[in-house]
Amino acid sequence: MSELQAGKIVKVAGPLVVAEGMAGAKMYDVVRVSKHNLIGEIVELHGDRASIQVYEDTVGIGPGEIVINTGAPLSVELGPGLIESIYDGIQRPLDELYKSQGSFIERGATLPGLRRDKKWHFVPTVSNGTKVQQGDIVGQVQETTLLLHKIMIPFGIEGIINGLNEGDYTVDQVIAKVKKQDGSDADIMLMQKWPVRQPRPSAKRLAPDKILQTGQRVIDTFFPIAKGGTACVPGPFGTGKTVVQHQLAKWVDADVVVYVGCGERGNEMTDVLTEFPELKDPRSGEPLMMRSVLIANTSDMPVAAREASVYTGITLAEYFRDMGYTVAIMADSTSRWAEAMREISTRLEEMPAEEGYPAYLGARIASFYERSGRVECAGSPQRQGALSIIGAVSPPGGDLSDSVVQATLHVVKVFWSLQARLAQQRHFPAIDWLTSYSFYKQYLAGCFENKHEADEMMELSKVSMGLLEKESELIEIVRLVGAESISAADQMALETAKSIREDYLHQNAYHKVDTHTSLDKQRNMLGTILYFHEKGLEAIDKGAEPKDIFALAVREDIARAKYIPEDEKEKLNAIRNTIDDQIGSLYAIV
Amino acid sequence: MLKEYQTVASVYGPLMLVEGVENAKYGHIVDIEMGNGEIRHGQILQVEKDKVLVQIFEGTSGVDIDKSKVRFLGKPMELGLSPEILGRVFTGTGAPKDGGPAIVPDKKLNINGNPINPYSRDYPNQFIQTGISTIDGLNPLVRGQKLPIFSGSGLPHDEITAQLARQATVRGEGEHFAVVFAAMGITFEAAQFFIDDLTNTGAIERAVLFINLANDPAIERIATPRVALTAAEYLAFDQGMQVLVILNDMTNYCEALREISAARKEVPGRRGYPGYLYTDLATVYERAGRIKGNKGSITMVPVLTMPEDDKTHPVPDLTGYITEGQIILGRSLHRKAVSPPVDVLPSLSRLKDKGIGKGKTREDHADLYNQLYAAYARGKEAQELATILGEAALSEEDQKYMRFANEFEGRYISQGYYENRTVEQTLDLGWELLSMFDNAELKRIDVKLIEKYMPKFRKTSI
Ligand SMILES: Nc1ncnc2c1ncn2[C@@H]1O[C@H](COP(=O)(O)OP(=O)(O)OP(=O)(O)O)[C@@H](O)[C@H]1O
Ligand SMILES: [Mg+2]
Repeated sequence: MSELQAGKIVKVAGPLVVAEGMAGAKMYDVVRVSKHNLIGEIVELHGDRASIQVYEDTVGIGPGEIVINTGAPLSVELGPGLIESIYDGIQRPLDELYKSQGSFIERGATLPGLRRDKKWHFVPTVSNGTKVQQGDIVGQVQETTLLLHKIMIPFGIEGIINGLNEGDYTVDQVIAKVKKQDGSDADIMLMQKWPVRQPRPSAKRLAPDKILQTGQRVIDTFFPIAKGGTACVPGPFGTGKTVVQHQLAKWVDADVVVYVGCGERGNEMTDVLTEFPELKDPRSGEPLMMRSVLIANTSDMPVAAREASVYTGITLAEYFRDMGYTVAIMADSTSRWAEAMREISTRLEEMPAEEGYPAYLGARIASFYERSGRVECAGSPQRQGALSIIGAVSPPGGDLSDSVVQATLHVVKVFWSLQARLAQQRHFPAIDWLTSYSFYKQYLAGCFENKHEADEMMELSKVSMGLLEKESELIEIVRLVGAESISAADQMALETAKSIREDYLHQNAYHKVDTHTSLDKQRNMLGTILYFHEKGLEAIDKGAEPKDIFALAVREDIARAKYIPEDEKEKLNAIRNTIDDQIGSLYAIV
Repeated sequence: MLKEYQTVASVYGPLMLVEGVENAKYGHIVDIEMGNGEIRHGQILQVEKDKVLVQIFEGTSGVDIDKSKVRFLGKPMELGLSPEILGRVFTGTGAPKDGGPAIVPDKKLNINGNPINPYSRDYPNQFIQTGISTIDGLNPLVRGQKLPIFSGSGLPHDEITAQLARQATVRGEGEHFAVVFAAMGITFEAAQFFIDDLTNTGAIERAVLFINLANDPAIERIATPRVALTAAEYLAFDQGMQVLVILNDMTNYCEALREISAARKEVPGRRGYPGYLYTDLATVYERAGRIKGNKGSITMVPVLTMPEDDKTHPVPDLTGYITEGQIILGRSLHRKAVSPPVDVLPSLSRLKDKGIGKGKTREDHADLYNQLYAAYARGKEAQELATILGEAALSEEDQKYMRFANEFEGRYISQGYYENRTVEQTLDLGWELLSMFDNAELKRIDVKLIEKYMPKFRKTSI
């Protein structure tokens, strides 16, 4: 480390600082800028001249001031204490920062990502004298009611472990030693570090094969995302990207959720912070906060830290995946991350590609989404983990030809297309059922234990999508010639499509019951709508008038099915009987 | 100790390059003394070795390379503050403009402020009564929210902002309300109208104005919203007041930014605006909010004119990506003499649900706006159909909804600029208008609420 030299600033332009005399510096080394100790990262090197993106406000900084190289890349601390935290883009705990600085963020603060004063109860899961290697789980800490934190051997360490004892430890206390082959000892602590720009390795990549259930009907039924899969939500402002992300953060059946607010509103983070401790996980009944980590780089915070926040988030997520968990990360919005990249690139006077974005935009986006996946984790015991990424994209003017949207669509497997038209009609989630897609649809069947139910769900999904497509064709004709001029069967199809849209796809995030629907209830709800369709067609065959069918009172029950609580299944089941009765009464007239 | 340099190397656009400077710091301010003794002000945009790039707020016309002297003041731009700022008018950079005395500051604050720690924010959930039905009834504004007005040239946003400044109140005892008004590049008449309006009604006593007019230096506009927000933060978080900040017109602000960016030969983004426009606007808009344990709040209403009424233009687009909804003014309503011409359907207050309901406004509020919105949307469609096919071609249903839409526009939306309605009056008016429908048609309203509220209105209207 002795060859690391302190440099001197020669240029300051917004978030970019250039320093000379930085002999020994490496790309992505973290540096401390000026006597204010601002945190920065080297993003370009020419000889001993380094360009540095600074994570804090550079006002008042000028040439001649000192830059000190820490010699280490930007890293995060991994260990017990991550869950329930709210961090800024470079893992400074915002709650601690609030205690020490007050309501406004001042620069130059240094606070570790994990608290040093808290003791955790550690229970070993291997015995002393065991041969261990990287990724091996050697013990665990019950971090929250929802999360059992596995303590793993850091990468690059292999040997015989000794000194393991059950007990209470702080994250930086030595809990064991590993005698390496060269005879030296490596200290094992509850905490380890990892550089954020480097993906954490795993033993093997596996193809995603299971659905990550979200409780959002339009998503689960038509455009599901897989455990280990990738999805993007592009849309103009106000179309519901953030609400979709929040809904997923609340209701996905993952073990850990990492939510990254990247260059978005402060109030939205406050919303999460106040809501999550109140909301209960539908599976365990525990507060959702017990499985969540928040990263907040709001839009008024320095732009370079926004660039880092996405990497900080994904690294935390990978760490939990390595324990063998199902993890989901939401990034709202990846456009702000790309814009941060663009701003630094502009200051570096790099040659711009489209819309001023750097030529490497596509590569960066691709390698970010590549960090998702289902894996065989490194080390023993043998286990599998999965990491899903859901990114919001905010294209200028909602224009999908935007570079960030296009680069994202190249790599993700699910596309939820939000439409301003639907949002204005207050049809939420404003996910367009005709243009969205998912490559994971075939795994939906796997969510059902029973083959019959699985087949039924796949069929329901197919038939109803067919009706929605038919509606989009018929609607033009109806506009021109009126609804009466199409066949009775087509009128029925139109009416059912409308019912699918309004009674099924439409889902109010703010309604206590409607906010989340289990897959079982989804199958039941959609089945009821199509049952009415089938019975309606039969009645038409027997000569019933479409308008009489559409006027049946049971339709109100179908419309209100979404508000029936999960534990009152009988009420939902009863609707089909009512359909039989009421349609039957039509025959009586005929 | 201030060093003075007579080493201006070049001047271009609103920028000046000074050489041979020692110890210049990024973001600090400078004074420029011109050959004729005139003083101008600037801010450092970039420092490279001994070369300093300065943006000059008053512009560079008449700046002389040989004779100008540049003094580096060694600090960022600051605003001196005391409670005395209330009732005063200042320039866009904070100098007295009303002939009154200079402010003896209690405090001097950097106009750039600091980001609010999201952990310390308090969620905006307290209703502000503006007295305007389209806002209070349909798109409620809450303390700490940022809700812009998307307008167009020739539309009456000045009247609406004056109405807001005059009428806005918070419900609750012992609350102090203040208005901070920042004018950027608006006309003399528009500014004077606003000042006169506040003066006539006495509202000026609780207002602070920062005025940069259309013929004032354009670059100064970059500082104006920050100066105004610094005053607002002082009043809100130091003095515990409920502050409403009006920023008019943000499109002019963005044009000033574009001018600087072009002069620096930066790679332009959409329509020539700089790529960092989003971030820049966010550092302005995100200064709205509430803070835990603090009584005060900053509620922000930025006004912007959409070039060619285009919502996808970068200024409204990026604003919409940062603010919590938008109030949109409609040209066709304006033509129909609906005033204020709030286009209800695309307008939205995203925080509307948080500040209303029992204990805040009234229990029927949410159901009522959903029903009014749905009925008006349907009526609007009927209106459009009628212009194509003729009224006679409409079904009876559609004709009824069209009648509703007309009534709604005429009475609910169009209230004029001087009627100040309580939220109860607004809610009651909603019921009265809906009374033309059968109860069964009011699907968005809870039956219990219909039973409770409707009878009163049926009697009077049928
Ligand atoms: N599922 C939903 N249920 C009810 N309301 C919704 C739903 N989704 C969106 N909304 C409404 O739409 C508004 C905007 O949604 P949201 O904040 O998610 O938009 P966004 O796409 O993230 O916008 P921006 O790009 O500006 O951040 C919300 O405040 C809410 O009123
Ligand atoms: Mg959003």
